[in-house]
This record gives sequence, structure tokens and C-alpha cells, in this order.
Amino acid sequence: MLKEEDKIFKNLYNDYGWDIENSKKRDDWKGTKEIISKGREWIINEVKSSELRGRGGAGFSTGLKWSFAPKELGSRPHYLVINADESEPGTCKDRDILRFEPQKLIEGCLISGYAVNAHVCYIYIRGEYYNEGLRLQEAIDQAYEKKFLGKNACGSDWDFDIYIHYGAGAYICGEETALLESIEGNKGQPRLKPPFPALVGLYGCPTIVNNVETIAVVPTILRKGGKWFASLGKPKNTGTKIFCISGNVNSPCNVEEEMGIPLKELIEKHAGGVVGGWDNLQAVIPGGSSMPLLPKNICENITMDFDSLIANKSGLGTAGIVVINKDQDIVACMARISRFYKHESCGQCTPCREGSGWMWRILDRAAKGNATHSDIDLLSDVTKQIEGHTICAFGEGSAWPVQGLLRHFRKEIDKRCSNDPIIKKKRKVPYLIDQHLLESDNA
Amino acid sequence: MSLKKIHDQQPGSFIFSDQNLVEAKKILKKYPEKNKKSAVMPFLFLVQKQNKNWIPLAAMKYIAKYLSISYISVYEVATFYSMYNLAPVGKYFVQVCTTSPCLIRGADKLVKVCKEKISNKQSEVSKNGNCSWVEVECLGACVSAPMMQINENYYEDLNEQTTKEILDSLMKDKPLKPGSYRGRKNTSPEKIKNFNGEKHA
Repeated sequence: MLKEEDKIFKNLYNDYGWDIENSKKRDDWKGTKEIISKGREWIINEVKSSELRGRGGAGFSTGLKWSFAPKELGSRPHYLVINADESEPGTCKDRDILRFEPQKLIEGCLISGYAVNAHVCYIYIRGEYYNEGLRLQEAIDQAYEKKFLGKNACGSDWDFDIYIHYGAGAYICGEETALLESIEGNKGQPRLKPPFPALVGLYGCPTIVNNVETIAVVPTILRKGGKWFASLGKPKNTGTKIFCISGNVNSPCNVEEEMGIPLKELIEKHAGGVVGGWDNLQAVIPGGSSMPLLPKNICENITMDFDSLIANKSGLGTAGIVVINKDQDIVACMARISRFYKHESCGQCTPCREGSGWMWRILDRAAKGNATHSDIDLLSDVTKQIEGHTICAFGEGSAWPVQGLLRHFRKEIDKRCSNDPIIKKKRKVPYLIDQHLLESDNA
Repeated sequence: MSLKKIHDQQPGSFIFSDQNLVEAKKILKKYPEKNKKSAVMPFLFLVQKQNKNWIPLAAMKYIAKYLSISYISVYEVATFYSMYNLAPVGKYFVQVCTTSPCLIRGADKLVKVCKEKISNKQSEVSKNGNCSWVEVECLGACVSAPMMQINENYYEDLNEQTTKEILDSLMKDKPLKPGSYRGRKNTSPEKIKNFNGEKHA
């Protein structure tokens, strides 16, 4: 278990107060000027040596990402953009950072902004987090008052401004290029990559986009040293991580733990165990709804880090753990997730726009016991048609959970899809046609 | 993709209030001079705040003119994002999260209560004009499931009973406080003895 002194977010539950005075007692803004005076190269190297991987889902090396930004300021300004558009079902960690540890984020913005040559930072908060945005603005104002931001921020000779931009309820804007489109005042539809945002991003300028948690841990890493962070967790999966444990557990909670902690320990120790006991566990979604679920036998021994979850054909994603026990209908549960993706598809790529709805309709039929056994192959085929055929990773995010269901709960699916499609038609089910055209409330 | 219906009764004109004109200037300062278009989203929120939580077409035209961009580029943004209401909603706008993490903890019961207390259909304003409700996708408070958002505030750790109480309070125009309804501190684990087997929510 993570030692108390190694915790980065000590105020995760607001036990000690969120305002700047209380934050400073927790070492925020301590020696920021000295850190910045060590220079860009030192900061980036220290982050690289900490082996910090992005906390937003993809797990890309943060230090490496920063080094992609042009080393010198050219004719175009650089931007730092913080992704606080937290909408992945099962995830609610950034909300607590915004509410209770805003100074960590703000200090992180200044340091990383300096490291990537950015004078301006936009924090993109999802529109529903209105109160959290107000809180963050208050914290930013406090930092301005102390001269930690603005001209010559924190005495570092670096001018730095932070602005908040609210989203308006589009999940897709969590994708970095869609997020940039949204800040520019367009529909949030992802851009083709390359060019990557590090070279052509916001307003066509070099832009680094990072998750809230990634940036908020940076100041602590630089104060305590990259080696300290790398000593926690497992090799290549270092440091601490906020896990959000929701679903059928006795006491759902957010908790900061070491990377590589066994899933069972996490659920039993921190979340009070599965409702009905461990044996009542059916499946766990380990990293937000986009990641394939894991059945109970894998949950027994799996550790929570990027690489061991990938080895089990899933992923750590945002570390939003959704526990599903045997009282739940797994097919209905996944059908609801498919409905989420159908609702949130931006409509830019046809495989995703059409396929996400298609998957939902089949799963919905299966949940209601109206599906036929040829639907199973069709469903599997649709997921393959989406995967890898879209501009952004939303396609994979919508297809993988369904593939996970087919992989691990084939028996359950077989049982649900027992109708004969052609010969012995038991029910009046429109077969293979766009069922949604017949149902008015599916729009 | 979500489909949005434009309200059939539209006001003829719209202008920002004096207060919002000041606010609009402040917003424009956030973005580079030549990228005024970025202000579309915050402006739409201003309109929504000024106009009883919904955006008329006249306001979109007004914003387009204000930012010197085409009407369609405001319209496409307003219709793309789900938080912009293009038809009137209740004074208390209840959004029930029904995505899987909330669903498996009983969000369907919340929906049932909304149907009983507010209106049988989504987006239909209640008889006394105080309330309307919709089902929404994940609101990002999954460890506090099931939950709902009423205007800007999150009401967390709900069950059938507490939802009834909250909705009743809205109908009487005296809304209860937001936050956790199981008396816990934010997202901390509850300090309760292991109660395995007992189903709550």
C-alpha cells in the first residue's frame, strides 16, 4: 500500500482546505522559481527519467511528448492545453483535482508551459463541471494575486496566463484534436493526424495537450526528483495514480495508489469489497468504458498498470474501475455502454457513425432476448469494421468493449441470441434492417 | 449523434443585456484578436443564462453578427453540443445520468421517479412550469452514483426516496442542498463496517 508521505494528492477529499494558503502548507509553490531556473532541458529530462506516462488514457510518455514541441519560439506562439473534459464513464478523478487540488494543476501548468515555451494555457473543462470551473477560476485568481501567474510569473522571468474554456457536453472533445477544434469555436470533430498538435495545433500553432492529472503531478515530481517517482510502481509503469472505483462495491471511492497494485487488493481494501462478496463478482471494466471488460478469473491476479492490462487485451485507460456483480445483466450493461457511444459519436466517419448505432441495436435486441444467433457474427463483424477505420480512437473505444464482451461472455451471448433468424421465426423482429428507422425514440 | 429540435415559437429578436455585454468583452480578451470565433461557445452559454436556459435562433444570428462570422457556423455549434438547449426547459432542469456506472447502481429508479413527479416524457415541462428532466450520458461523478444534475449542481449518492424528496422540493420552489445524500465527504470511502450482502442503491 502507498505510504502516506508518498501521496501526491493529499487533499483528495478536501480534508485540509483547497485555497492557496492551505495548498502552500502542502508544499505547493515551494521552490517553483528554482525549478524553472534550472531550465527547460533539465525539466524535460527529469520528467523523462520519472517515466511518467499520460494519465488521460493513452499512456504516452509525457517527457517525450514535450520534447516534440519546437525547441525555440518561432513566429508562431506555443500553447499549452489542459484536457479537463473528463467524460469517460467510470472516471471522476480530474473533478477532485479541480475542486480540491487546483494549485497543483496551476503550478504544473506554469512549469510545463515554461518547458514547452508556452505563454498561454487554456484549460478545457467539460461544461457540466460548472462549479468546478468556478472553483478553479477562484484558485487562478488567488495565484494571480500572489504573482504566481501573469507577467514575470513567480519571479521566473516567464510571462504566463491561464484561461478556462468550457465545453458543452460532447464526449468526443476529450480527444485532443477535437478539443482544439472546440476551443477554436467549431464542432468538436477530430482532425487527421499527422500533423500532430505538437507542431500544428491550436490556431495552427505548436500545442501540447495534457490531461489534468498528468500536469498536476509534475511539480511534485520535480520537487522530489524523477527517481523518487520512478521508484514507485513497476518498471515502465511508475508512480502513483488516482483510481476511481465505482459500480457494485460497498464503498465506491476515489483513491490514490501505487501503479501496479493488484485489482483485488484495490477493491477489497479501499472500496469495501464487491457487493455480495468477491464470489459475487461478474466482471470489471478496468479503465473507463472504452476498455474491454475482464471476467472474474482474470480479476483474481491482475495488477493495475498499463502493460499488464494490455497483456490481457484490455487497458488501464483512465483507471476508472467499474465493478459489475452477478446481480447485473452483463448484456444490458454493455448495451447501455454502446448506447453511450452511439449518442456521443461525432458523425464524421461513417464506420463509427453507423456502426456505433448498429452495435447498440444488436446488443439491445440481445438484452431483450429478441436477437438471433446470426446476430452474434454480425455484431463481431461490425466491431471489426469500425476498429481501425476511423480518424480518431473513438472507433476503437466503442468497438473494444463489445469485443471484450464477445470474448469473455460468449456463453451468455449465445444464450441471449437464441432465436432462429429465418426458418422458425418466433417473434416479429425486423432482421438486419435499420431498426432505428422503425423506432421513433431512438433518434 | 443526438438530434435536436428547434423550438417552434421563436422570439423575433435578441440582444445581450448590459451586464452580458461587459461579460462578452471580457471573454473576447481570452482569445487572440484574429480568433474571435473561439468565443462562440462561451457566448452561447451567456445567451442561455440570459434567456431562461434556452437559445433562440435570433440569438444565434446576434452572435454571428457580433463575432462577424456566418450564421451557420454558430448554428452548427449550437446544434452539435448537447448542453445548449434549443427549446425551453423548466426553471429547474433535471439531468439524470443513466450511463452504465449509474445504471448498475439504480439510475433507472431515478428515471421512474422523474416520470412520476415531473412529466411522463423527457424534455416536457411539468404542469406547474417549474421542472423538466432528461436522461443524459455520463456526468463524471461515477463514484457518487446514482446522481443527477439540477441546473449547475450535482446531487449525489441518491436513491428512490431521496430523489423523491429532492424533486418535491423543486416543485415547491425550495430546492434542497446539492452534494452527497448518504452524508459522506466528497469521494472518500465511507467509514462503515463491511456490509457485504446488503444491497443498497
